[in-house]
Amino acid sequence: MNRYPIWKYTIIVIALVVGFLYTLPNFFGEAPAVQVSSAKVTIKVDSGTKARVEEVLKSAGIEPDFVTLDNTSVKARFGNTETQLKAKDAIQKALIPDPANASYIVALNLVARSPTWLTALHAFPMYLGLDLRGGVHFMLQVDMQAALAKKAESLAGDIRTSLREKNIRHSGINRNGQTIEIRFRDSQALAAAKAVLQDQFTDLQSVDVPDGSEYKLTASIKPEAARRVQDQSLKQNITTLHNRINELGVAEPVIQQQGLDRIVVQLPGVQDTAKAKDILGRTATLEVRMVDESTEARAAESGAAAVPFGAERYLERTGQPVIVKKQVILTGENLTDAQPGFDSQTQEAVVNLTLDAKGARIFRDVTRENVGKRMAILLFEKGKGEVVTAPVIRSEIGGGRVQISGRMTTMEANDTALLLRAGSLAAPMEIIEETTIGPSLGAENIAKGFNSVTYGFAAVAVFMCIYYVLFGMFSSISLAVNLLLLVAVLSMLQATLTLPGMAAMALVLGMAIDSNVLINERVREELRNGASAQAAINAGYDRAWATILDSNVTTLIAGLALLAFGSGPVRGFAVVHCLGILTSMFSGVFFSRGLVNLWYGRQNKLKSLSIGTVWRPEPEAVVTPN
Amino acid sequence: MEFFKIRRDIPFMRHALVFNLVSLVTFLAAVFFLFHRGLHLSVEFTGGTLMEVTYAQAADLNGVRNAVATLGLKDVQVQNFGTARDVLIRLPVQKGVSSAQQSEQVMTALKVVDPSAAMRRTEFVGPQVGDELATDGLKALASVVIGIMLYLAIRFEWKFAVAAIIANLHDVIIILGFFAFFQWEFSLPVLAAVLAVLGYSVNESVVIFDRIRENFRRYRKMNTVQIIDSSITSTISRTIITHGCTQLMVLSMLLFGGATLHYFALALTIGILFGIYSSVFVAAAIAMWLGIQREDLIKGGAKKEGDPNDPNAGATV
Repeated sequence: MNRYPIWKYTIIVIALVVGFLYTLPNFFGEAPAVQVSSAKVTIKVDSGTKARVEEVLKSAGIEPDFVTLDNTSVKARFGNTETQLKAKDAIQKALIPDPANASYIVALNLVARSPTWLTALHAFPMYLGLDLRGGVHFMLQVDMQAALAKKAESLAGDIRTSLREKNIRHSGINRNGQTIEIRFRDSQALAAAKAVLQDQFTDLQSVDVPDGSEYKLTASIKPEAARRVQDQSLKQNITTLHNRINELGVAEPVIQQQGLDRIVVQLPGVQDTAKAKDILGRTATLEVRMVDESTEARAAESGAAAVPFGAERYLERTGQPVIVKKQVILTGENLTDAQPGFDSQTQEAVVNLTLDAKGARIFRDVTRENVGKRMAILLFEKGKGEVVTAPVIRSEIGGGRVQISGRMTTMEANDTALLLRAGSLAAPMEIIEETTIGPSLGAENIAKGFNSVTYGFAAVAVFMCIYYVLFGMFSSISLAVNLLLLVAVLSMLQATLTLPGMAAMALVLGMAIDSNVLINERVREELRNGASAQAAINAGYDRAWATILDSNVTTLIAGLALLAFGSGPVRGFAVVHCLGILTSMFSGVFFSRGLVNLWYGRQNKLKSLSIGTVWRPEPEAVVTPN
Repeated sequence: MEFFKIRRDIPFMRHALVFNLVSLVTFLAAVFFLFHRGLHLSVEFTGGTLMEVTYAQAADLNGVRNAVATLGLKDVQVQNFGTARDVLIRLPVQKGVSSAQQSEQVMTALKVVDPSAAMRRTEFVGPQVGDELATDGLKALASVVIGIMLYLAIRFEWKFAVAAIIANLHDVIIILGFFAFFQWEFSLPVLAAVLAVLGYSVNESVVIFDRIRENFRRYRKMNTVQIIDSSITSTISRTIITHGCTQLMVLSMLLFGGATLHYFALALTIGILFGIYSSVFVAAAIAMWLGIQREDLIKGGAKKEGDPNDPNAGATV
């Protein structure tokens, strides 16, 4: 009656082993490490980088514990902070010859001290939230109205150009908020314009109304197009933020979209909020200038002569110097979009730029006068310029659609487009939430959370063991298993553990004991009613199960609601709460029954259970014991 | 060891009316304080800046106040936080000044007075986020209530669902009443605690209802009141022990969790105490007033229990 088949024990053993393995990394603590990641979109961290880091360390005579390569970075772990700092200097010197133009970020980080075989199993310690490790958290709200207005502005320019090409006469095109108003004197022009809008501007929907003696056509961005614009703006802002945060040299920055128009930025370990904010809010500028192709400039390019008057020397991303005239033709403001693509004839990888109306006009004039010459597109950040690309002008370019082609792989085209777009924010952003947590507070919070769980657990375990004796011991072991599994699941999922999360852990242990109390009370009750020991165990577990299920479901409903609607600290609480309830069902019922079965199941002539006092009401008449 | 040596069923329902009146009075008092005093909402809900600053020695609150006042910021609250050396400063949202500037200005002003001042934590929440959090909190509460009611209605019967929800919402209101009365800070973790308590004390009622259903099946001669009394009596030991264990955990949080978890643990403590009260004295009583009876719960069960030798068993017409 109280025996588990082998497979049930197997499940228990497997769960324990897996739980133990994945909990294990949390005990090893963290070791100092140096992390190398890419500072530029165009530079990839790969096995080559890893080999270089290894080589550098070897030549510097530093022995790392190991060097690993994950998706985005190379990490080298060291025994102590001293070697860590030495290694950082060595790597920095070797990988970043020019600190003003760094291709890599070399940052100090902490990695788990767990042995390599555990890391190979993808067993990592729990991911600690900012409140536990210190750092900065920002929530930024993207001004979508501004993004839409910007889009409308660029569309208005495009409409102007198209109407001119088609020779449709209008008496004015204006952007009014996010709508575009076009006025016409006669109805033919209106009809023709409507046809153009329908053909070429599928993102717009339009309505026309007579306005005095004139006709007014009001075009607005379609909702689905607006959604796309918002989505792109958000993505672009995230990319830009990535580029900027790279400069801070943060080991593991988190930059995530939240909701439709928000971005969360978390910078663990960063204390200098002012600098972080400065970097987040900075605007990069893009400039289009002509390359100086005079003989003096040629000479200056190779370093043989001084840079001529009215020109400046910049580096291309390949490191090749380019002498560029100081006069700015266009700025990033005139660039509305940059996308990678393919040339329809040559099948070459190209980058397609879209300019707004003003930009298109200037660009047409400049290109007409400079066919055969080179122009340079520069990206300025922190007052430091870099030539993104310097193509040759092949012909006059009108209409604001520019194609950059030649000697590019698809990858390079992607990167260039990204750089051109990422230079600036698609829409302004505002910090709507900000939290800074000092490192000492983080460590204190860990200690507080840990103490709460430990002392609470100890108190409950002691009480259970006293009150229910052996069954209480089983319950306490189950509770410990619950904690083990919960930590293992959290480590496996790499869910962020916060202080409210640790509180949830304590709370869930306090609630999980409920299952065992229910079972133990039921078993006692069965014994009180005269059931045999084995029958009491069986009935106790069976009867209690329905109740445990019901009560856990209601608790789970509350947990899920918190998960769905909660944000920040509440979510951290809810994740642990929900997972804890699930693991408690396994440990409190399935596992504890396994223990009881293992202990009592084989004893056929079992007389009594060690479950504390089973009190039976005495008969009404008082009987004195003798 | 056995704490509960109960000979006969305790007639809990005999005084149901009194208990319900007590509940009603507490509930009304809580509602009164909620409206009269309102909740002392944390920065997360109201928007504004919160700074936690630590000093080498016990901080001079007046000095801090004066230092902040020189900046011309209005409605600044300065108080001790946890220890005498830690100071909590709350700044309301100020027009035209960004959060970054605000906290930096304050820090510089404080350092002038006492260079040992060190920033431990700053938190800035824009007003738009606060409003959202409040609506999200209400949404979460609503979905918990609806979810639990649906589950109980399916698993038991609508009368139980209504009784459990009324009993436990009354707990929630009472917790909020306490927070309003003592003007304790109501923050996001407290909200989480309140909702967790809702789920938790419903499970308390569920255990009793479960027993009521079982006893309805088992003891056919008892009337509803006797069934309820007997059910509560036989689950009371489990109720007290479970809640005691949970309270041990919460107490550990209250003692060791520090200032951050203080109100969280406090909300749980009140929730657990009133959870016991409401499940034992209120939920079952409401279910009784709503008129639960044997037929409500064992409709399906009665048929199955028919004579297995009945030739007509399973036949449908």
